Amino acid sequence: MSNKILIVADYLNGELNQSTARAVTCAQQMTPTAIDVLVLCDDGANIAAQAAKLDGVTKVLQADNAANAHPMAATLTPQIVAAAQSGEYSHVLGPNTTYGKDLMPRVAAKLGVAMITDIMAVHSAHEFDRPIYAGNAVITVKAPEDQTLVASVRCASYPAAAEGGNAEIETLSLDAELPTHTRFVNLEQAKSDRPDLQTAPKVVSGGRGVGSEENFKVIYDFADKIGAGVGASRAAVDAGFVPNDMQVGQTGKIISPELYMCFGISGAIQHLAGIKDAGTIVAINKDPEAPIFEVADIGLVGDLFTIIPELDAAVS
Amino acid sequence: MKVLVSVKRAIDYNVRIQIKPDGSGVVENGVKHSMNPFDEIAVEQAMRWKEAGTAEEVVAVTIGPEAAKEQLRSALAFGCDRAIHVKTDEPVQPLTAARVFEAIAKKEDPKVFLMGKQAIDDDSNQTGQMTSALLEWPQATFASEIELDGDTAKVTREIDAGLETLDIDLPGVITADLRLNEPRYLKLPDIMKAKKKPIEDTSLDELGVERAAMLETVKTTAPPQRESGEMVESVDALVSKLKEKGLL
Repeated sequence: MSNKILIVADYLNGELNQSTARAVTCAQQMTPTAIDVLVLCDDGANIAAQAAKLDGVTKVLQADNAANAHPMAATLTPQIVAAAQSGEYSHVLGPNTTYGKDLMPRVAAKLGVAMITDIMAVHSAHEFDRPIYAGNAVITVKAPEDQTLVASVRCASYPAAAEGGNAEIETLSLDAELPTHTRFVNLEQAKSDRPDLQTAPKVVSGGRGVGSEENFKVIYDFADKIGAGVGASRAAVDAGFVPNDMQVGQTGKIISPELYMCFGISGAIQHLAGIKDAGTIVAINKDPEAPIFEVADIGLVGDLFTIIPELDAAVS
Repeated sequence: MKVLVSVKRAIDYNVRIQIKPDGSGVVENGVKHSMNPFDEIAVEQAMRWKEAGTAEEVVAVTIGPEAAKEQLRSALAFGCDRAIHVKTDEPVQPLTAARVFEAIAKKEDPKVFLMGKQAIDDDSNQTGQMTSALLEWPQATFASEIELDGDTAKVTREIDAGLETLDIDLPGVITADLRLNEPRYLKLPDIMKAKKKPIEDTSLDELGVERAAMLETVKTTAPPQRESGEMVESVDALVSKLKEKGLL
């Protein structure tokens, strides 16, 4: 049986999201005969060009439509279903970003097939590992081979595909009736010059121990010093220190930076689920009994407000 | 306005999950179960609409074994008017659950179908989206704020890039994220009152639901554990370790 894989590209502000490149790496492990990337945008030329560079990509399908100016599951789904059926794909994959989480189940339901959420390991083209119970257990699941497989890829489990390719870009006109019952109003985007939390090789994170929104400045300043993205625990988000899109953990972002440094984070299971794939975890906490030390590669007990200035001085 | 809200019985979020030694699943017997926390947030939202006079009737629905009645009773204690129990001892995966909810929604004709964004047992995060797809309704997932306005709703969604607002026609499916609200604590008189509220029993067969093809679970294992590393005594020691690893 041939495994022809379609990956739905995630993007933001006209740039391909790195999650797409991670999904390509996952797809390469499914003994594919082809990996095509579908770009659904209003003007997807730049995104398609970026996808065409990814190693392993066979073809990029660019389907521009004014209705895709702001990607919404309800309008994208009929287009993906049309592309999946006309291209006779055996697999339709998306990243497990909020974009993919929102979209892929709708696609699966429209195709009338089961879906696998959060592929973290590939055993064969139809057998995968995925986390359950906030990552406290892993199940191996087998999908029916006689139907299209729809799945989301747990991005933290895969490195991004390298850029060395030069795939063909095909413009596609998809014949699908699009609903008008869902309308985009606006997107409040946190403006930041810092590296993106989900793709940054280094992330500095603060928790309840930081104490206040004002105090978080020390976290931002240190992150800027070492060129890191900034994250936070759910406790810090709930306390209003930082906006919700900075939350790292099972219900926030699941990340896999090379270096994760967390300050004043005790290490609730919920948070640990978001950092399990980090390369090196460094924990700084006042409480020597904090559970974060059980998973940290390097731990230092102490007050973050005295340690950060020392760190600042040491890396200057 | 009528609101439908789904609730799922799941192992309580405070329980430390134990994996059966033979890899056939997680230990569920004798383990505390409660309402999936995201569903509690959905129920709380429905209650706030009811208290504000926006919702006239709120109906809770669950799919599961007899024991799931406990969670329906909790939903009724929150203030739901009545409940529907789709009884089954079979495992029900998201697409089949969505077909059940599609059938219930067609019967009940709600204006809003509220769900939790995901259940904390299988973490699938699929059923809300699938239900709205089958009904051809709009969906607004990961809601942190909902503003109802006649036949439409403005829903603020927590997405990776920030906060997105969608304007959807009703009826629609809305799934609750963490920060939509903080569910109330149930009081004893409400729990007592809930015992008198009606629960209607039905089944997949009665609803004419065709089971979807299943994912087969081959085995359940413990996740790879991170070993705890070493403690350092000073910032200098920390910095030199990180420099050794080429991380600073």
